[in-house]
Amino acid sequence: MDARSEASLIESNATVPKTAALRTEWIETAALALAERAARPPAAAVPDTVTPERIREETGTSDPVGRDPIGQSVTRLEDLPLVRGQARFAADLSFPRSLHMRIVRSSVPHGRIASIDASAALALRGVVAVWTHHDVADIPCIPLREGKSAELDPYLQPILADGIVRYVGDPVAAVFATDPYLAEDAAERVIVDIESLPVITEATAPLGEFLPGLPSEPTIVRKGYGDVDAAFAQADLVVELELAIGRHSGVPLETRGAIGRYDASRDVLELHGAAKVPHRNRDALARMLGRSPHSIQLFELHVGGGFGVRGEIYPEDVLVLLAAMRLERPVKWIEDRYESLLATNQSREQLHRVRAAVRADGWVLAMDDEFFHDQGAYVRTHGDRVVDMTAGILPGPYVLPNYRVAGHYRLTNKTPAATYRAPGRFESTFVRERLFDAIAERLGMDPIELRRRNLIQPQQMPFPRGIDTISDTIVFDSGDYPLLLDKTLDALHWEDLKESLRQRRATGETVGAGLAYFVEKSGLGPADGVRISVDFTGAVEVVTGGASVGQGFETVVAQICASTLGVDYRRVRVIHGQTNRIQYGIGAHAGRATVMTGSATHNAALKVRAKALEMAASLLGASADQLSVVDGQVVYASGDVAGAGRTVSLGDIASALAPTAPARGGREPGLSAEGWYETHSMTYPYGVHVAVVKVDRDTGAPRVERFFVGYDVGRAVNPMLVEGQIVGGVAQGLGGALLEEFSYDERGEPLAVTFADYLLPTLADVPAVEVMLTEDAPSPLNPLGIKGAGEAGINGVGAAIAAAIDDAIGQPGAVTRLPVSPARLKALLRRRAS
Amino acid sequence: MKQPITLQVNQNTYDIEAEPRRTLADALREDCGLTGTHLGCEHGVCGACTVIVDGDPMRACLMFAVQAEGRAIRTVEGLAAGATLHPLQQAFIDHHALQCGFCTAGFLMLATSLIERADPPDDQELLDALSSNLCRCTGYKNIVNAVRAASVALRQR
Ligand code: FES
Ligand code: FES
Repeated sequence: MDARSEASLIESNATVPKTAALRTEWIETAALALAERAARPPAAAVPDTVTPERIREETGTSDPVGRDPIGQSVTRLEDLPLVRGQARFAADLSFPRSLHMRIVRSSVPHGRIASIDASAALALRGVVAVWTHHDVADIPCIPLREGKSAELDPYLQPILADGIVRYVGDPVAAVFATDPYLAEDAAERVIVDIESLPVITEATAPLGEFLPGLPSEPTIVRKGYGDVDAAFAQADLVVELELAIGRHSGVPLETRGAIGRYDASRDVLELHGAAKVPHRNRDALARMLGRSPHSIQLFELHVGGGFGVRGEIYPEDVLVLLAAMRLERPVKWIEDRYESLLATNQSREQLHRVRAAVRADGWVLAMDDEFFHDQGAYVRTHGDRVVDMTAGILPGPYVLPNYRVAGHYRLTNKTPAATYRAPGRFESTFVRERLFDAIAERLGMDPIELRRRNLIQPQQMPFPRGIDTISDTIVFDSGDYPLLLDKTLDALHWEDLKESLRQRRATGETVGAGLAYFVEKSGLGPADGVRISVDFTGAVEVVTGGASVGQGFETVVAQICASTLGVDYRRVRVIHGQTNRIQYGIGAHAGRATVMTGSATHNAALKVRAKALEMAASLLGASADQLSVVDGQVVYASGDVAGAGRTVSLGDIASALAPTAPARGGREPGLSAEGWYETHSMTYPYGVHVAVVKVDRDTGAPRVERFFVGYDVGRAVNPMLVEGQIVGGVAQGLGGALLEEFSYDERGEPLAVTFADYLLPTLADVPAVEVMLTEDAPSPLNPLGIKGAGEAGINGVGAAIAAAIDDAIGQPGAVTRLPVSPARLKALLRRRAS
Repeated sequence: MKQPITLQVNQNTYDIEAEPRRTLADALREDCGLTGTHLGCEHGVCGACTVIVDGDPMRACLMFAVQAEGRAIRTVEGLAAGATLHPLQQAFIDHHALQCGFCTAGFLMLATSLIERADPPDDQELLDALSSNLCRCTGYKNIVNAVRAASVALRQR
């Protein structure tokens, strides 16, 4: 069976049944097919680990022609304008006669607005308007995009504060002026008088009220399975920990930006600078503004990093649209860094109280967790999804037969929180892996041995977790967890590494290693579609509803299209984030892009290919099954002597299929097709992180000497890009583990409002991250076997770093909160000394 | 009050009018139309705005346009010679040294100023210098690889 028929074997099942029972059966069938495939000897000597270096060595990067573009580390289609300075980010776009918006923000964490005086601002020449809540009272709060509604709705954010401010940075007024410097001057002249109210600065503080009758805890997320109490009654050992993750976030290097423009000639309202989920946002904005979705168009420009925070609907997006209509001029808003650190979604802040019931032989009978999630001042578009995801994924790669969790979703007077790359996973991996380290310590068992004993075994796959998360039943689709652990330890020469660290510690160095295991999730459904068309030059266009936040989306989709269709990937143009080009789209989040849009592209390209072959057969007087597409030419399959040399290009076929072309006959016009991919199950990749950290005893400064990631990606479309995503994710994870924290004082004043206080990792903080990609467990859920990779680098960093620091300073369990700043490390070292 | 200022950028002359408080970055972007130079913090920390002024890397957000009058300014738009990329631009592509690309212009200009020096820096100096710019996407590994490769390529020319 060749690769293509294998693919279609899986693909024929591409619509996943809706009921859980049928789905399990379906997953089993699909997994069986894969297992058969895996059992066959590989066609060529396939290396068990695929690294970009290896691929480059074996195939050369530059010329993909004649090879399957999937799996090649080809260079990116995106790069040329970016290296030439020709890209267009939001701030780079200017329309004539634009107004510039500046937001006046609350300087008080909680208070009642007594008065707003804009007269001095309005007196400045060039200031066109100053709006307060009164001017936008007809616009509803920014709605939830995800999750439950009724209980969270009263906590949503208005686009300008409605009588009460709830965090420092809360938008109070919007100034519109003819020049951005002027708008800033004018904003400073708006006098806002606020009477302070009591603040809540900790999620664990006693409950307060958001409004009379509305407690500061809108919901508690509870999940679980098995009989936790019985398990604790039987336990030989109970281990309890309190663990905290600091507030930090995505902090893309490009701040947010939005440009609204209303074209009265067509009655179309345009938002430029959209990102992440343009189609979903179009629909939400249409509802908020009372317009038909057809009359609002969102345009994604270049996006300087997303990481979950960019591209949600924020007050400013709505304000520029509203102002563009009401003031009848284009309105541009570019966030500055100070605002960005106050106003863009923050994330991660949780405190967990977790316990484990353990048998003397290391078998973990149960985990029981109660945690407090600091949501900040309002419920934003994600609702309680981060809490939900934390609760759903906490058990990770271990069997854990009994589990119970309660996640308290609490409002405080800080910047609102939402998702940041690997939401709920960075947090839960820290908690679970800290717990496993503590169990190992208490049992006197090697922490790796403890993990090995509790890992889900390959024969248990697909593994139903027994819980739901983000409205999906968790079924781990495929995986060989022990194998990845073994490969990681082998690649690191683990025993030798541990021995060398032991020797270095014996000579007085403070150095150690730590390991974390995690399961990721990706490919959230339910459906995504693309449209592919070929023009008369043979150039291919793939119109997707995806979005690009810098991850190489265009290249990956082009590679998949090229592979299936039989063209050079450089001839494929990929459209994304343009709501006027395609009606639906899922955007780029939750590890969806490659899995969902990639699979839809594959399905559409199969149709175009079939159409091309059928038309070519007629043009060449052959039958379609004698033909194949190679590098944009339909040729006779190799070995067909009679047909040798007779070809027709895809461009000519497109011409022959033009509506007016006589050759078309009764065929549907155009060499084009739409393709959809549907799934109701996520796919679960998995990985291991290992850190080696050295601590400076005098300063408390940690130095990460090595960071290793072993990750099973199912199938890597472009290993170089996957590795790039992982390395970048590790760097961000190191930020959250060691440097980055949005700290607040006890009065609710934010303390990290510039890059001098909020520390992003520099080159000096990040080692040359080592990556080992494996493809041992392709996903049975999609035609290409792909799993997502965007969050693989960041997931386990906090956990691995904590374990490495414990090991370095010789204090098991010492690290209980992130980030481990030099000051905190210093305190730990002092504790040891005293 | 706006005043006339003349900037020499990539060997072109730009006669603009700007207030004395206008930063070089804003003048390049808004008045000269050279939006390849980006602003990540306007605070001198991130380096996204790095340009070369009289041979030295400068934070264009920390310099006023008036201070740059009469000096030779180089920005990312001037790196390539027509269709031929600067070796550093090519190396950034080949080594996958960019993801979102927002920091890229700053890194390219910083690195250009280093590797084009008459006495190119040794590896440690290179690492120290590159540590002054921020990238949120790549984890730096491939940026370092690209700069090293271009540095070698440039010396072999
Ligand atoms: S924008 Fe100039 S250093 Fe950040
Ligand atoms: S590539 Fe995105 S900030 Fe460097």
